[in-house]
Amino acid sequence: MSFAEALAGAGAKPAGKRPYFLEPQVERVLAITMAVAQELAVARQRSDTLERLLLEKGVLSQGEIDAFVPDRGASAERQMWNQEFIARILRIVQQENEAVMSPAEVASGDVGEELAREA
Amino acid sequence: MNSSSHTPSPVSNDPSAGYDGPPDYRVIGRHAVFPETSHDEIERINFLAQMNRHLAARVVPGVKAAYDARVVPAFEAAHGRPMADRHEARRAMLEDPAFQTWSALRRMTMEQRQQAGRWTALRQREQLNAVAAELTEGDPRLSLDPSLPIPRYVSAVDHHCMPGSYHTEYFPGDVVNGANYDHAGFVTTGGLLGGYSDGGGHAVVKWVKHNLPDFKPREILEIGGTVGHSSLPLAQAFPEAEMTVVDLGAPVLRYGLARAKSLGVDNISFVQASGEDLSIYPDASFDWIQTTMFLHELSTKALRAIFAETRRLLKPGGIVLHVEQPQYAPEMPLFEQAMRDWDAFYNNEPFWSRMHEMDLDAEMVAAGFERDKLIHGGVTGVVDRELFPDAEEDDTEDYGRKAAWHVIGAVA
Repeated sequence: MSFAEALAGAGAKPAGKRPYFLEPQVERVLAITMAVAQELAVARQRSDTLERLLLEKGVLSQGEIDAFVPDRGASAERQMWNQEFIARILRIVQQENEAVMSPAEVASGDVGEELAREA
Repeated sequence: MNSSSHTPSPVSNDPSAGYDGPPDYRVIGRHAVFPETSHDEIERINFLAQMNRHLAARVVPGVKAAYDARVVPAFEAAHGRPMADRHEARRAMLEDPAFQTWSALRRMTMEQRQQAGRWTALRQREQLNAVAAELTEGDPRLSLDPSLPIPRYVSAVDHHCMPGSYHTEYFPGDVVNGANYDHAGFVTTGGLLGGYSDGGGHAVVKWVKHNLPDFKPREILEIGGTVGHSSLPLAQAFPEAEMTVVDLGAPVLRYGLARAKSLGVDNISFVQASGEDLSIYPDASFDWIQTTMFLHELSTKALRAIFAETRRLLKPGGIVLHVEQPQYAPEMPLFEQAMRDWDAFYNNEPFWSRMHEMDLDAEMVAAGFERDKLIHGGVTGVVDRELFPDAEEDDTEDYGRKAAWHVIGAVA
């Protein structure tokens, strides 16, 4: 079986019409959010496993992670990672706010018609 | 990897001392045809089991509070009378945000569980099918009938949102849907059925040994036994008996025999047949006929046909036992009835609602059993309490999913 087939099969819809309890747009976003929350939990547990294995093997000592203080360069890199991450997630907020500043914008389809009328 | 080797011995402020919830999935019992699970696949199952636990323990009380504070008063104000039945209660709750949010999250958790379990089974299905073939090919204890029609009550919607249900084969010799059903059911039960999802079977054995101490069955039949979760404890408890599991689905039966053999249970056969027509067996073939959490996945017509078949197939003095979630009764609050009905409407269990309002005593009598020989009882899941939560001590109500069941049966 191919990877693509397994991927499609894993997420296959069960037979039967799906009930919606919220506005479909809201429920769709919530479903995506819950899947992301699931994967966040999985990643958190993986890092916890790594930490415990490193402790057990003596690579880390107890409390070392909580006592960790990044140096100036590492600190900047980590904080920039946070900023970049948030900016990616909240892209739509940025773009909707930018749109407020350009109230007269036209839609691409309308421009297409406008250009066609020029011909 | 054995996680327990990383656990330090308990200290006075050990967080596990106050822990109340599903065990780590790593305590699950494995066997030859059980799928391999990576670290992240295990953690996905742990997360989803915790989601169900959270919804039952921490969100349902809010749904109940909203029902009392908003739903009932709004209904009575609008209609000038109390709610008449569970359907009115459910429809009224559908308008309330607390029920909406809980429902949406409960449905999504089931969908995520199916995707997670199917991915694990599908990504290694060639391997799983090879192991199953090795264990079952040429073994007379597996009897399949590819011509068996799949009835509408199974084919119309996939039970508990399990794509392809118990019966769909993706290619010859397939066991994927058995593997998915077996290994990730933990998400719904949260460990209440024990390491091999067999707490229901052990509960039935305990009930029978206690209530019928002289019963020595030779031929035992489980109808709708799928992969044998509840059947193996019966075969193990009565090693001199021959156990037969019938089910509609070839993938679960193949998987079931491979699983049983790998767990060292040899006095068991898996047969593809419909419980409605067991004419492959002559009258008075069995001492004991068992169904476990099965009746709610039928139809009225099928339930009646199966009851009649059980009457025909029992030897004189033999017993039939059906283990199910409790029936709706007038004294059960409408809120509880409506919550228990959730699976019927929103988790693809179409017969759940009607089955739980049937007069099962009357159905048993109509099938030919004598009223004064009917059996009624109650059982809770029997598990290894070192590792798994005990349903008897767990006061969390996850409407319709708790490992606490009613028994209805009869002596023939």
